[in-house]
Amino acid sequence: MSATRTNPSANVDVAHALQRWHPIATQYDLEPRSLFRTKLLGHELVVWRADDGFVNVWENRCLHRGVRLSIGTNDGAELICRYHAWRYSNRTAGCTYIPAHPADSPARTITNKTFPVTNRYGLVWSSQDPQGQVPELSVLDGDTLGLRNLPVNAPVGLVLKHLATHTFLPSDVLAPGLDVVAELAAVEMSAEVSTYSATLRARLAGNESSAVFFVQPVDANRAVIRPVLGEAPFNTVAVLRHHAAVLADLVRDIERAAADIESRPALPSALEVPLELPTVAVAVGRSAPLRVSVRRKWAAAAGITAFELVSHAPDPLPTFQPGAHIDVHLPGGMVRQYSITNGPGETDCYRIAVKRDPASRGGSVALHDSVHQGDELQISEPRNSFPLRRNVSHTVLIAGGIGATPLIAMAKALHTNGLGFDLHCFVSQADQLAFRDQLAEFGDQLHEHVGLSPQETGEQLSVLLAEPSANKQVYACGPPPMLDAVRAVSSDQGWPADAVHFEYFKNTTELEQGSSFVLELARSGLTLDVPSGATVLEVLRENDVPIVSSCEQGACGTCAATVLEGDLLHQDVYLNPTERAAGHTILTCVSRATSNRLVLDL
Amino acid sequence: MPTARIDQIAPAVLNRWHPVAPLEELTPGSDRLTTLLGQHITIQVDDAGAVAVSTVSSPADAAARQLPTISRYCYLWVCLGVPDVPLFEIPEVAEPGRRVLHAGTIGVHVSAPRAVENFLDMAHFPYVHTAILGEEPHSEVAEYQVHVDPDTNDLWATDCVFWQPMAATTSTTGQLTDYLYRVPHPYCVILYKTSPIDQRNDVIALFCQPVAEDRIQANMFLCLLDDENTIGMIRDFQLTIFGQDKPILENQHPKRLPLDPRAETPIRADKIAVSYRRWLRDLGVNYAVIPAA
Repeated sequence: MSATRTNPSANVDVAHALQRWHPIATQYDLEPRSLFRTKLLGHELVVWRADDGFVNVWENRCLHRGVRLSIGTNDGAELICRYHAWRYSNRTAGCTYIPAHPADSPARTITNKTFPVTNRYGLVWSSQDPQGQVPELSVLDGDTLGLRNLPVNAPVGLVLKHLATHTFLPSDVLAPGLDVVAELAAVEMSAEVSTYSATLRARLAGNESSAVFFVQPVDANRAVIRPVLGEAPFNTVAVLRHHAAVLADLVRDIERAAADIESRPALPSALEVPLELPTVAVAVGRSAPLRVSVRRKWAAAAGITAFELVSHAPDPLPTFQPGAHIDVHLPGGMVRQYSITNGPGETDCYRIAVKRDPASRGGSVALHDSVHQGDELQISEPRNSFPLRRNVSHTVLIAGGIGATPLIAMAKALHTNGLGFDLHCFVSQADQLAFRDQLAEFGDQLHEHVGLSPQETGEQLSVLLAEPSANKQVYACGPPPMLDAVRAVSSDQGWPADAVHFEYFKNTTELEQGSSFVLELARSGLTLDVPSGATVLEVLRENDVPIVSSCEQGACGTCAATVLEGDLLHQDVYLNPTERAAGHTILTCVSRATSNRLVLDL
Repeated sequence: MPTARIDQIAPAVLNRWHPVAPLEELTPGSDRLTTLLGQHITIQVDDAGAVAVSTVSSPADAAARQLPTISRYCYLWVCLGVPDVPLFEIPEVAEPGRRVLHAGTIGVHVSAPRAVENFLDMAHFPYVHTAILGEEPHSEVAEYQVHVDPDTNDLWATDCVFWQPMAATTSTTGQLTDYLYRVPHPYCVILYKTSPIDQRNDVIALFCQPVAEDRIQANMFLCLLDDENTIGMIRDFQLTIFGQDKPILENQHPKRLPLDPRAETPIRADKIAVSYRRWLRDLGVNYAVIPAA
């Protein structure tokens, strides 16, 4: 028995350790819809696999109140905190829903800390701040077998020092009746030890086996040995049993030695409170910060083309919620809004659908004809002015034609969350129902209404909205005449205005822009003139007052501002009658003051 | 976890009264040891029932000191410093027709302010106290008001409303429950809630004994309008509720409450928690919290 080269490290170089990849779990630790808790260099991590196979490695601490995320729930798409049921998305760790405020879209800053992840040698690897790659080990190039993982109450350096002289038998010699003790004395070992792993080779009577013993630095005084054998032996059970036995002896020896050590190296503690929350730049105006490429373009229905957009950067696309839309920047400077149709956890792409409409302003034709698979596009971050409340027992989704897109995302969320809903899709012909294949999972909660006249549509809506209830909400998206019908019918049937929500394709109101008035900004201390022919939004932007906008047609609600004083001429289709009457909100892109003075909280 | 030395603890904590034992457990001739603010103390009851509390001498505090005590609201209260803030008043205790009782004491491995903040929180009811204090889909926390009483400096949350399937032992059906929260002491919190059977409010309080910075004995005090249920049933109800909170509290970290507003992420529903943290900071509380930078 001889050790050819050893380099045991007694102390951990923390700065160096934080930049390396370390194994933190085995693939089989990540059972479906479970949460795995571990520690790396003193930091507690929660590791979970979503139904799409993505492995998430996050700080094990909900940023709301510090509760361990590992006591929550993995529903396959999102991790739900045990304390207040905040939902955090697969991949991005962004918050998608806060039940205490069902009508709000969580701010993008509410994102838990994530760590990079990679899968190698049957192990899950992560790092605080990776410089470089997971170690390349030629011994593990071919078949491998993961051996028993053992936690050790000892510092990493001590574990590796002992691993340098660890002995085991080549797989091929293991047979019933073998005198293991005698053979272990005879086996010839060679070892190559680095800071966090030991590669050992055992030779005996012409047989040879190699294994790499990776060591996860848990904290100052604890480690996990994660060994991988560099072959797939025929006698798997005998090999696993042998290694389990010799490793158990090794761990016992290490822990005895550790008990004799008095001083231990210090490592960072998981109890540190991050004083700075992750800050996210807020997009101002119509910036297009994201570059995406078209991974797939296909016909989702007659006259409807679907696009799957994926991130250019290694970072995932930003978090979205059901009802959210993106701005797509098109050739020739056109900007169009499209709803994201993805369900919860479907975070590796944005899926949008575009109806070809030659009569429109040209965006849909450009996307249909000029944008192809592999092309690059610029898009905005998702914005949500059509948030889905989940504090009712039943939700009625009413879609007119291509207006189904945000409602499909909502139906998927309600379906995943186990909440009751009905999705009603009104189309003129059966082949115009987009994403028919994806809608199949809704079963009898999907209702198609094909080829109805305006009058028949109205009658059908009367049936669907016959029973108003405090425990129901209605969401409708489609062409303006249909939404006007939903508004009229729901009002006639006694639905409260705040239970019925609309997303208009566009605002068809004839805009009045004749008035002029003084605009005062209470927080900025500015006084500006809004002349006739100019919008409030334009005047704000000319004066460098940051305000986010999107559709600029009074339909999406993005540019809303709080009104402190002034009488309003609402020209949008976003605010409901109650909100209009209250007079606290103005959509700055289209609405104006009828008084001489308008004071905004900006 | 190391706990602050007694001479480093701010007057806002050291000079206040803290509960150290339920009175009903202090039987004549008994002798018990407990810990307050990291300091070991003994509670001796003589055969006539007279109570004496003193510190246990240690290298840091050489001589045992006799400590002032108050017996009130079912508990023995002790002050380790100079008691310059009177124990808060709960006038309802003196009202006729109320049952005043100690419902139970539970040891929790968390700081007192974390426990108080949890007591002030409605948003967790549907998830932690499912089918009792809350139930999906009724998850919304409606806007409520927060103020500090200029006379008493108590922190109040008013106009709180939450839908509860079983608000109390006397409930027969779900109800919209009105809550008032009052924080009269850094580690004590009182809740006034709609009684299912009376115009007046039930009074439920949490009096934390800060054993160490990250460890408490949580005492549950009740002053109820319930003449139907047995003490056993009332206690079971409260212990069930607190038993549901305990695993959440013990999985919060850091265990001390961070007072820096950037350390965690509050939302509108957390208005009272945000105010409580600011109130602790204004009082100068430095024990069982992580002071703001």
